[in-house]
This record gives sequence, structure tokens and C-alpha cells, in this order.
Amino acid sequence: MSPIVKRKGEKFTLPSKYLLFILTILCAGTIILTFNTNIFSGSLNTAVGYVIVPFQKGISSVGGWLANRSEELVQIRALLTENESLRAQIDELTIENTILQQDRYELTNLRELYRLDAQYADYEKVGARIIAKDAGNWFHSFVIDKGEEDGIAMDMNVIAGSGLVGRIVDVGPNWAKVTTIIADNFSVSGKVLATSDYLMVSGDLELYNGGVIAFNKLVDSAGQVAEGDKIVTSNISDKYLPNILIGYINTLNVDANNITKSGLLTPAVDFEHLEEVLVITELKQSMEDKE
Amino acid sequence: MKRAVVVILLVIACFLLQSTVFHAVAFGGIVPNLLIILTASFGFMRGEKTGLVIGFFCGLLMDIFFGVVIGFHALLYMYVGYTNGKFNHIFFPEDVKLPMVLIVGSDFFYNVTCYILMFLMRTRFHVWHYFLHVMLPEIVYTIVITIFLYPAILWINRRLEHSEKRSAKKFV
Repeated sequence: MSPIVKRKGEKFTLPSKYLLFILTILCAGTIILTFNTNIFSGSLNTAVGYVIVPFQKGISSVGGWLANRSEELVQIRALLTENESLRAQIDELTIENTILQQDRYELTNLRELYRLDAQYADYEKVGARIIAKDAGNWFHSFVIDKGEEDGIAMDMNVIAGSGLVGRIVDVGPNWAKVTTIIADNFSVSGKVLATSDYLMVSGDLELYNGGVIAFNKLVDSAGQVAEGDKIVTSNISDKYLPNILIGYINTLNVDANNITKSGLLTPAVDFEHLEEVLVITELKQSMEDKE
Repeated sequence: MKRAVVVILLVIACFLLQSTVFHAVAFGGIVPNLLIILTASFGFMRGEKTGLVIGFFCGLLMDIFFGVVIGFHALLYMYVGYTNGKFNHIFFPEDVKLPMVLIVGSDFFYNVTCYILMFLMRTRFHVWHYFLHVMLPEIVYTIVITIFLYPAILWINRRLEHSEKRSAKKFV
């Protein structure tokens, strides 16, 4: 019986009250079942992988092309006016440049000190394109065009540029779902790069409207952590590889308990304009097993 | 049969638009809720059962791709479709006020429920902030899209009803 075509008197029809009741029970059941497990994800993910994902890939590439064209048109006008003001600036800058060159030696030295360990340059990475973003407005997750067939697995870390984006939370044959660190229901264990003090970074929808997310539980007994310090993923996290840049401390406050500190941090990745990401195809778990 | 195919295509098209194209034209990162327009419209146009079945599949699609658990959005959309179906007997295709009010009401109900179950329960108490920055923009944007999408859905439904009547006559 097709529930959409309803002909009275011809076939047996289920009253909508009962259908509602049955489906409610079904939904409640799946919510409970999928809260801690992912039994259905296998078959459902395969099914939508062949029905929906090809369209998403097509549309997002066309959409991306259109967005680029319209952006170009807007830019041409802006570029003309910008060109004039830039020419004026060149003269100013030439003078400034000579002064700055003197400071450069100092800067190079400081950079050496602050440089991130080039550790995560050696990880195996796979590039992927974002083909769909969260259809609701409450959380920040997206779908990429690589899946199991490309060697992607659950819990792999996702980065863009040099910063952490999030991790894979669901995989289909040719697609995968990524939850970002700015999503409201998401936390990452991190540490301050300069002092190795541990903290928890948690996404926050309310704060992210201002371009920042929150961190807390920072124990900084020496008082050496300062605003602008780099926060990287910690080595005690069970999902994230160590020393991936998360962001920079924006504000720092002492908690009411006088022991821990909390505050805001600016993520290293621009989540608004994310189009391509890199998936590190190495899992923290398997890395530990090797050692 | 024809109806089922058309409706399935509509659901998929709306979901695809919502998750791809509308993110490119999102104002302040907010996308309109096309699926709620679809669910609510078919609810009050065709009655409770159609509303709840379409709602269920719209929600299921949301759950598979973006949900934390499977079934949450399906449940929510299903109730939205069912409740809208209750208004079927006072619905007239010429009247545009009732559909508007129902769609806005549905989107508001959906957002408030999302907030209560997924944010308030995790001690995010700033209702007013979430209302101003998430719910209100989405509702306004959804109304704007409704102005264009609703007549299209109405037209499709009329064509379907028309062809169904014709084929029914043939048999008699």
C-alpha cells in the first residue's frame, strides 16, 4: 500500500493516528539505539551515498563556479579604486620598509623560537572537497566527497591550511561527515604550546557569532600563559593527533575558584569560507599501537 | 505512483538546495528551512497522513547527513507534518494567510524544540540571544522563500490532483 495515494474503500488504509504512533515508537527506538552505537549507519550511509551524494557533488561544483564568477565581478570595481590608493601607499611603504628591514633579524630569531614543530607535515593526508553543509542552523557539520573507498575512517582528523577543522564522525562509501571544533556540542583537549599547560576547547554557537570559541580548565599555576599564545591539540587526547594548531588565545580570565583559567580563543581556520580540507589518514589509536 | 515519485523528487531537491546552494547565498550564515515548508505545505494540502510521511522522510534525510542520532529530526518533522494535516479541512488554495501562518508556526516550533532539547538541556540559557541570532533570521528567511516556493508546491499539487482525477474518470 502506498501511504501517499489514498483511496477510500478500495484498499485497507491505516488511520494516520496509528501510523503516527508506530513511527513515533520507531523513531524513539532508533534514537535510543543510535545514541551510543551506529548500527544503521552502514546500510543507510550506503543508500544515500548513491542517491544524494552525486547530486551534491554536482551542485556544489556548479555553485562554487557561480560564486567565483559573481565574486570576480564585484572585485573588479573594488580593485580599480583600490589600485589608486595602493599606488599612494607604495611611496609610504618604501620608507617604512627600510626601517622594518632592521627589525627583521630580530623577527627571524623569534620565529625560530615560536615555530610549530613540523611534525604534522609528515602525516599522510588526503585532500577533500566540501559538498554540503549542515541543513540546519544549530550545529556546524559538513559533508566531504571522500569516503571509505578513499581510505577514510571514523575519527580521522581534518585540517585546513595549518589549523584543526574537526574530525570524521560518520563515513559512507563515497562521503564522510565532519563535525567542526566550533560546533556547540564538541570539545577538544588542547594545550598551550609555549607552556604545555592543558586545557579544554569547546565550541559555542553563541560565541562563534563573534568569531571566537571558548576554552576552560586551564591550570596555569606559574601564570605564564598570555593572550596571543598558540593552542595546539594535546598529546593526552584519544582522538586527536598531537600538536595540531587550534587557535590563538583571545582573552584570558581567572575562574571564580582561583585555580583554573578560562577564556576565548580565535580559531586558526576560517570556517565561513572553507571549501577544501585535508584529512589525515592516520589515526591516533593506530599510531599508538605501532609504537 | 506518479504522486510518490514527484514527492520523492521534491524532498530530495529541497534537501539538496538547502545543504548546498543556499549555503552560498546564506545571510549571516543562516539558511532557510525548505524542508519545513515542504512538510507543512503537504500537511495542510493533503492531510495528516501525507504530512507525517513526508515529514518523516525529510527528517530522516537530515538525520543521516547531519544528525547526532538517527530519528530525532524524523520525529520532529513528522509531528510538524501531522499537526499541519489537522488544518486540512479549513485550507483553501486561494487563501494565502493560513499557509503563511502555519509555515511560520511550524518553523518556530521546530527551532524552539531544537533549542530546548539540544541547547537548554546542556545549560545554554541565553534564550534571547539564540532567538535573535538563530531562530528569528531563519524564520524571516524561510518566509521570504515561502513566497516563491509555496506557489510552486501548490501548482505541483494541483497538477497531480488534476491528473489523478482524470485517470480515475477513465476507470469509471
